[in-house]
Amino acid sequence: MQNDHRPINVNPSDLLAFAWPLAALASIVHRVSGVILFVGVAFGLYALEMSLVSEEGFETLKSMMKSPLGMFITWGLLSALAYHFVAGIKHLVMDFGVGETLEGSKFASRLTILFSAVLIFLAGIWVIQG
Amino acid sequence: MITQVTSFSRNGMSDWIIQRVTAVILATYTVALLGIVLIQGDMSHAAWQTLFSQTWMQIFTLLAVLSTAAHGWIGMWTIGTDYIREHYFGAGADGIRLVYQVGCVLLLMVYVIWTVKILWGNG
Repeated sequence: MQNDHRPINVNPSDLLAFAWPLAALASIVHRVSGVILFVGVAFGLYALEMSLVSEEGFETLKSMMKSPLGMFITWGLLSALAYHFVAGIKHLVMDFGVGETLEGSKFASRLTILFSAVLIFLAGIWVIQG
Repeated sequence: MITQVTSFSRNGMSDWIIQRVTAVILATYTVALLGIVLIQGDMSHAAWQTLFSQTWMQIFTLLAVLSTAAHGWIGMWTIGTDYIREHYFGAGADGIRLVYQVGCVLLLMVYVIWTVKILWGNG
């Protein structure tokens, strides 16, 4: 029996042709930020070790974090953390059955992007002033 | 039914709840650490070292890295089984996914061991 309406696989090249509703964008960024954090933990542990091992290490780390590359990495990781954190809370709230309608999910996605944008902005200020 | 032998707990419902519990632990740790750093303002090395020599902070940090391992395993497993499939990767997809999963798990184990070393290995 042939069913022509069964789901098909999507090729990466088709992705650009899609309309990207906000909820879809919010969802894929949650994944991407998770992968960034998965790798980012290595930077965090490297920094933690350096900061604890000696006073010299602590000061070296501080100056490393003030270099342009250091500031970019710190801000990038804080941004991924901020987004993943906010989107994760959205997930937990939705697990309780809140915001499961189409309108509700649009609103939740808007809130996620708004809150994380504010946190990412604040993280930028903190990194620059640090 | 196919049993997924590479998922974190061999059970989707169990993975689902572990993902949530570890998320709450990690969120709490993030807020606590960030709060301490922001309240302290200009953190000195001595204050930082004292913080991480407290038993509660050591337990909290170990709990956070163990949560990272479980949370990251489940997350990376989900991504791997979503994208590393025959349709995208051809006939070798199963092998590639296995290598990917072993790589993810190894890195997470390194994170746990590294954290133990940082917390208790230098004193």
